[in-house]
Amino acid sequence: MAEEETELSDNQKKEIAKWFLLNAPAGEIQYVAKDLKSVLNNDDVYDEAASEAFPVYNKSHMICLEMSGRFGDVLVTSYGELQGNEYLDPKTAQVAIVDHVKQVCTEVRPASDEELPTPYVEEYRCALEAEMLKYVGEAYPKGSCSVYCINGKDVEGPGYDFELVAVISAARLSPQNFCTGSWQSIWNIECKDDIQVLELKGKLQVGAHYFEEGNVQLDAKHECRDSTMFQSPDDSAIAIASLIRHHETEYLASLEASYLNLPDATFKDLRRKLPVTRTLFPWHSTSLFSLTREISKELGIGK
Amino acid sequence: MEAAMGLMRRMPPRHSETALSALLSLLPHNSSDLLSQVDLPLQVLSDDDSGKRFILCEYNRDADSYRSPWSNKYHPRLEDAPYPSSKLRQLEIEANDIFTVYCDQYYEGGISSVYMWEDDNEGFVACFLVKKDGSKTGQGRRGYLEEGTWDAIHVIEVGPEEETTRYCLTSTVMLSLTTDDVSSGTFSLSGSIRRQMNMNLPVADGHLCNMGKMIEEMEGKLRNSLDQVYFGKTREMVCTLRPPSEVLPMRLPDS
Repeated sequence: MAEEETELSDNQKKEIAKWFLLNAPAGEIQYVAKDLKSVLNNDDVYDEAASEAFPVYNKSHMICLEMSGRFGDVLVTSYGELQGNEYLDPKTAQVAIVDHVKQVCTEVRPASDEELPTPYVEEYRCALEAEMLKYVGEAYPKGSCSVYCINGKDVEGPGYDFELVAVISAARLSPQNFCTGSWQSIWNIECKDDIQVLELKGKLQVGAHYFEEGNVQLDAKHECRDSTMFQSPDDSAIAIASLIRHHETEYLASLEASYLNLPDATFKDLRRKLPVTRTLFPWHSTSLFSLTREISKELGIGK
Repeated sequence: MEAAMGLMRRMPPRHSETALSALLSLLPHNSSDLLSQVDLPLQVLSDDDSGKRFILCEYNRDADSYRSPWSNKYHPRLEDAPYPSSKLRQLEIEANDIFTVYCDQYYEGGISSVYMWEDDNEGFVACFLVKKDGSKTGQGRRGYLEEGTWDAIHVIEVGPEEETTRYCLTSTVMLSLTTDDVSSGTFSLSGSIRRQMNMNLPVADGHLCNMGKMIEEMEGKLRNSLDQVYFGKTREMVCTLRPPSEVLPMRLPDS
């Protein structure tokens, strides 16, 4: 190890700081920030890194913030981003102004007409959101969801395609139990007017972190597709929500199955619970000592 | 340092190498503390003479060279390097042979190495290492894993030889596994835990027997712990985020 390490440039330190912040598990970025500040010992570099990293983190984790003025919650997502720190909540047609580093909503203003979809699109968006809220309310004890129009929001009537995206974000923080977790679903719904079909593409991502005297993390992802007929706003909404519910329930079941398989099947490829003999290793066996050399040679073990 | 260790506990275990080198560059003056307290997945070299692979760690390293437990030679060659005494080397050779068989039984392959050296207290220290690649392209017999690694480091401090000798074991297991299929996407678990176990055992049973049994017991406990407690907690968390449908409360009629 060189004794005289060249001092890192501020820019290099900032990039490293950003890396730590961005890789914080869901809900733990403030704890990482605290430790990072201590390690960096340089508030200017930290502040710059935080101002760059927090927005990216917040959007990718789709954090949920309370809006002032009793408007409920807003999800910070790239779909709802109007400007650097302004996020639309389609449900209430309000725009939340957000402080990314502090992870709070500082102000709320009504959305302008240009920021909202046309009444035609809004009918679909709103109907779907209502169904999604029902579903999320039932299925996720602490989940939030929003439905945005991300393409074709100015479509005035039938004859044109538009695209909606429904996002679900749920997070659980239990720092006193050393456990955190997050679930994110992003469902793109392409409303294809010409073929009268709604095409769904879902991306599900689940994470969990347990860190009592250790550090174990789950990272699971899944993609799926489906489609249904383009109908009236209410019927489409019901059909879409029911497909989403079906796929997500199936995914949860397959996660469970993966966990069930772990101890006996999956883990075995790493380390068996017991040797094939089903007994503990015979360390006592004195003849084993000279035998092992023979076995090792014969079986070519250790190559 | 405490903050640095806090960061290591939160960063994804798969990225522990990147995290450690980031910390080393931010805290160059704490490098020896960091290197001794943070475990990284094990690296492997091939012995020049036999072609057999051996595991690299702080305990067989001198400067930038590593001593092979098979040939007892440093790679690359080094002048004036430390070696265990010939008596200890005998024990080391036997330990390597037996441990290889043990690993074959539990790990269905894998790479193992044992290093020993005298310590200042008239006892000695032994380090048993295992590295297993369980992916389907590696040595995973059942083909479940897209990616899977198990790295175990067991360091045993053996007290001076008396009728009952004291053995202090510190074990670290690092593992990561990923399954990937069309119907359920990618499922990835990774993590590390470290535990200690101290025992006083009759030296008449033999050092290898005593150490071997401790390691076997510890590995079993760690495997169970990882599976049931650690992975189990992540599973519990998933079910808390989105309970399985059977558990959902009945929908109350709209009032």
